[in-house]
Amino acid sequence: MKKYVILGNGVAAAACIEGIRTVDEKGEITVVSAENRPVYSRPLISYLLEGKTDLPRMQYRPADFYERNGVRVLYGKFAQGIDPATHTVRLDDRTVLLYDRLCVATGSRSFVPPFEGLDRVRRKYTFMSLDDALALDSEIKKDSRVLIVGAGLIGLKCAEGIRDRVGSITVCDLADRVLSSILDADCAAMVQRHLEENGLSFLLGDTVERFEDGTARMKSGREVPFDVLVLAVGVRANSEMVRDAGGRVNRGIVIGEKAETSLADVYAAGDCAEGFDASLGAGRVLAILPNAYMQGYTAGVNMAGGDTGYTSGIAMNSIGFFGLHMMTAGVYEGEMLEEREENAIRRFFIRDGFLKGFILIGGTDRAGIYTSLIRDRIPLSELDFDRAKKVASNLIFSQQMRRKKFGGVVKYADSGK
Amino acid sequence: MKRVYVKEEWCLGCHLCEYNCAFANSGLKDMAFALKGKPIFPRIHVEGDGRITFAVSCRHCEDPLCLKSCIAGAIYLDGGVVRIRRQKCVGCLTCVLVCPYGALAPAEDGIMQKCELCLENACGAPACVTGCPNRAIVYEEEGAGT
Repeated sequence: MKKYVILGNGVAAAACIEGIRTVDEKGEITVVSAENRPVYSRPLISYLLEGKTDLPRMQYRPADFYERNGVRVLYGKFAQGIDPATHTVRLDDRTVLLYDRLCVATGSRSFVPPFEGLDRVRRKYTFMSLDDALALDSEIKKDSRVLIVGAGLIGLKCAEGIRDRVGSITVCDLADRVLSSILDADCAAMVQRHLEENGLSFLLGDTVERFEDGTARMKSGREVPFDVLVLAVGVRANSEMVRDAGGRVNRGIVIGEKAETSLADVYAAGDCAEGFDASLGAGRVLAILPNAYMQGYTAGVNMAGGDTGYTSGIAMNSIGFFGLHMMTAGVYEGEMLEEREENAIRRFFIRDGFLKGFILIGGTDRAGIYTSLIRDRIPLSELDFDRAKKVASNLIFSQQMRRKKFGGVVKYADSGK
Repeated sequence: MKRVYVKEEWCLGCHLCEYNCAFANSGLKDMAFALKGKPIFPRIHVEGDGRITFAVSCRHCEDPLCLKSCIAGAIYLDGGVVRIRRQKCVGCLTCVLVCPYGALAPAEDGIMQKCELCLENACGAPACVTGCPNRAIVYEEEGAGT
């Protein structure tokens, strides 16, 4: 009987379990979980603070998930090292686990820059885990002045989550625009206006020089007094264990299309891994939940002796703030097609006859059709793309393509295989 | 497994499937009371340009991207039917972003709903199919009608 060990207990780990069980119903699966709780949906922590979900509903899988899948979970345990030669993992309590196949799904951690005076800030929080959210939850008050460092997805989602529960929110970022990882300048300006209308204040192109007496002294010379500090500057992949074991690591643990690392019988998935980005045409850490699932599942199937590949990963986000929804995907390179309406903007990026990326703010109906064009690398020459500039439609496909698409092709497997 | 298939050459573009869907899932007994004068949020929609029309609803993929992408773990497989636990959904619309068929749309409250083949509602079989006046929508095993 095969022994599987999974380091981490997030979505990539859950997907790995589900992948293993499609091939091997009996093998012994052990999960090493640093957090003392079953797998939950991390992207929901801002919704928790906003009151739009609660702890039971944040459970990613039903309560009997581990039992039903015959999984042993070691809660509150950390892996400390991998020895590829002996196929063992050493835990913090000196337990040694033997594996036939290992999946590293250790996720990422908040990156906290060494700001001067940060150590003397009493109420400071990161915003990644449920524990982070619960700690922030217990600290905020009706009159709290909150400073959020980082105007990315994490910082702004946090802002949305707590806005109605605090006095004021100021968001600063070294970048000159909000959501700089997913929006271009024009789109960011539009979203920023909306966020400001909803009560957020911004200090962009500016950063904290030092913290002093409950005040952030900014590089620009401005001073921001605050009661609660949220650090949402960025994240770093938890990849050290694989690097220390001699595995290849860039920004994340380098994996191939089978989610395999450079170490024999060791796989990696999720925010700690750097897989292939189909729109970029190169390796990239895609720290988004769908990617964690796909990589985890791919790893699981292959660990159990199946054969599957995942080559269609792309950057993509569907996210809303205070009622304004946006979807983005791919890379913003090549010729740009634009459609503008009041409070809505649609930008498509086309290169070498392929859709490479898009930004949709406002209307997002059926956007998955666009995403499939990027993911599946469908040549625009085969399509009538003009018909989908205002709203995504299956009319862009020829009747023949539509018949193929809808006439019984129900297995939407990864296009790479 | 039986699924809903659309024969676009037979589709009249009458949108009755949308109304039948909205009614079947309303839980109400009277169609006029359920739908009259209200915006409807069906789980099937008709696309077209006047010349070509066709209805689109969930394909119930064997390996659904929506399920794998759902940030809340709200979408699940139940005997081949792709279903959603609405109380878990937070309306992030990631499923809309990944569905290659453009088959998903949220309900009036912004929370996702989806075609569950009418297996749980009073209809018991897809209302879009039974109500289609030109048999442009069928419910059958893959390849049965071709």
